[in-house]
Amino acid sequence: MTTTLPAYDEVVARYEPVIGLETHVELGTNTKMFCGCPTDFGGEPNTRVCPVCLGLPGSLPVANKAAIEATIRIGLALNCSIAQWCRFARKNYFYPDMPKDFQISQYDEPLCSDGYLDVEVDGELVRIGIERVHLEEDTGKTLHVGGATGRIHGATESLVDYNRAGIPLVEIVTKPVPGTGALAPEVAKAYVTELRDVLRSLGVSDVRMEEGSLRCDVNTSLNLPGEEWGTRTETKNVNSLRSVERAVRSEILRQASVLDAGGRITQETRHFHEDTGDTTPGRSKETATDYRYFPEPDLVPLAPDTAWVAELKAALPELPRLHRRRLQEQWGLSDLDMQSVLNAGAVELIEATVAAGTTPAAARKWWLGELSRRANETGTELADIGATPAQVAELQGLVDAGKLNDKLARTVLEGVVAGEGSPTEIMTNRGLEVVSDTGALTAAVDEAIAANPGIADKIRSGKVAAAGALVGAVMKATRGQADAKTVRDLVLERLGVQG
Amino acid sequence: MAAISREEVAHLARLSRLAVTEEELDTFAGQLDVILQSVAQVGEVTAADIPPTSHSVPLTNVLRDDVVVPGLTPQEALSGAPDVAEQRFRVPRILDEDVAS
Repeated sequence: MTTTLPAYDEVVARYEPVIGLETHVELGTNTKMFCGCPTDFGGEPNTRVCPVCLGLPGSLPVANKAAIEATIRIGLALNCSIAQWCRFARKNYFYPDMPKDFQISQYDEPLCSDGYLDVEVDGELVRIGIERVHLEEDTGKTLHVGGATGRIHGATESLVDYNRAGIPLVEIVTKPVPGTGALAPEVAKAYVTELRDVLRSLGVSDVRMEEGSLRCDVNTSLNLPGEEWGTRTETKNVNSLRSVERAVRSEILRQASVLDAGGRITQETRHFHEDTGDTTPGRSKETATDYRYFPEPDLVPLAPDTAWVAELKAALPELPRLHRRRLQEQWGLSDLDMQSVLNAGAVELIEATVAAGTTPAAARKWWLGELSRRANETGTELADIGATPAQVAELQGLVDAGKLNDKLARTVLEGVVAGEGSPTEIMTNRGLEVVSDTGALTAAVDEAIAANPGIADKIRSGKVAAAGALVGAVMKATRGQADAKTVRDLVLERLGVQG
Repeated sequence: MAAISREEVAHLARLSRLAVTEEELDTFAGQLDVILQSVAQVGEVTAADIPPTSHSVPLTNVLRDDVVVPGLTPQEALSGAPDVAEQRFRVPRILDEDVAS
């Protein structure tokens, strides 16, 4: 593509984007959706399979109760209505990632429908409508071999591993989200982030985008103000939170350049490329596949009774937004301060550090200060920086006990991030502890006084402020390993002056 | 009026990956029409108080506990496969990039 893209600000001033998101979540159940095969990630190919998930003749599926409950809980957390009666459906297609030649899914009778999720963007609350939450089974993994590229084009054959086939997969579909204007990419990212946090708080999935347990498709369209919504494209392969934002943005720019040139948008699936941030066309939706859905005859309908649903609702945990609100109050933070904690991805880290015994202010200082700075410099997520909440709490404990001053603590923290061990170990191994041996300190103070008789006289004559120079000399002599206040007190004491 | 058109039969054949000749289309359209008309007779006796039925047994919520049950070994799993490579089912390459999800 050599076409130059228009400027983003200029595009969103003329066009109104409408976005929609389809998210797939692998549930963290012990077993698959319709059989007792284990679901753990990895494993040698075709070691977690049985006649049911291989679609062998005569085998019959039975739905996993834990997966049904998890889906209902997701629906409840997203303020959905729970169906009183619904069925699974067969989605028929010819592709060997499902050995049965169909996928058991839900069609016009989803388990949960019509809810919403409130997300915060720039301090504003945006309500994202939830169209449906339904349950289906994941597909197997295909490996394309032969040919030069290893890609599907040019491959001569496909190798299939069915370990993943049949793992419970929940699909969460939003209603179209209009009216977000220039913020559309951020709203999309904020929604997926909030959804991930909700799913994590429910404990229904490990929600790891990089391992594919949370996958996202992003729909985007553009229209002129006052006109009908435009034709939408669906961008697949969006595998990180950052990519969600980039995919919406790049698709807004691409569509605007097509429309500006007098072209029209084709309804199609596009593929997102992590390396370039671009999308390229996939299958055209105009020849959309007819999946010939029909009710799954091998599974009886689901009819969650009111008492069961009420019981699941009563057991829902505190949801992330309310939880954050409560933490903000406990930590005594302004909205702005809380926002910077959120932006840094530090909420859980600070919470865990406080739980380990540190004051909120100290915990926030380390995570938003030194550690955030390092995370930014190295382009890592704060959670992956190499320091744990327990280590940060231990470090602060050493500071509180007077064993480390601020400067030494920062040096120790560098060691923690570099994987040198626990703060105490690093302090001991590197000899970084504050010199608290009064004898050694007194000797250093006396030396400084002897070396600077002029300054000492000034202090004796009442110019207490001059003590700073002697403190500096002592700190230098102890290579920063003394507590400045202790040194100052000692200087004054040795000179017989009241502080 | 016929319950199914020749074009619909051709469309279904395409979806089902069945190679059907022009003559067969005529034959199947006729035969399927008879079947559909016969089944449609059920509609004559339905009343508003009879809900559409998809399952023959009046059961709901047949669920199993989330407990691992031993499955097949890879050798057993692959024993019926037409072709195997790298402990995986080996199939002809797939042309359509789209995957269900």
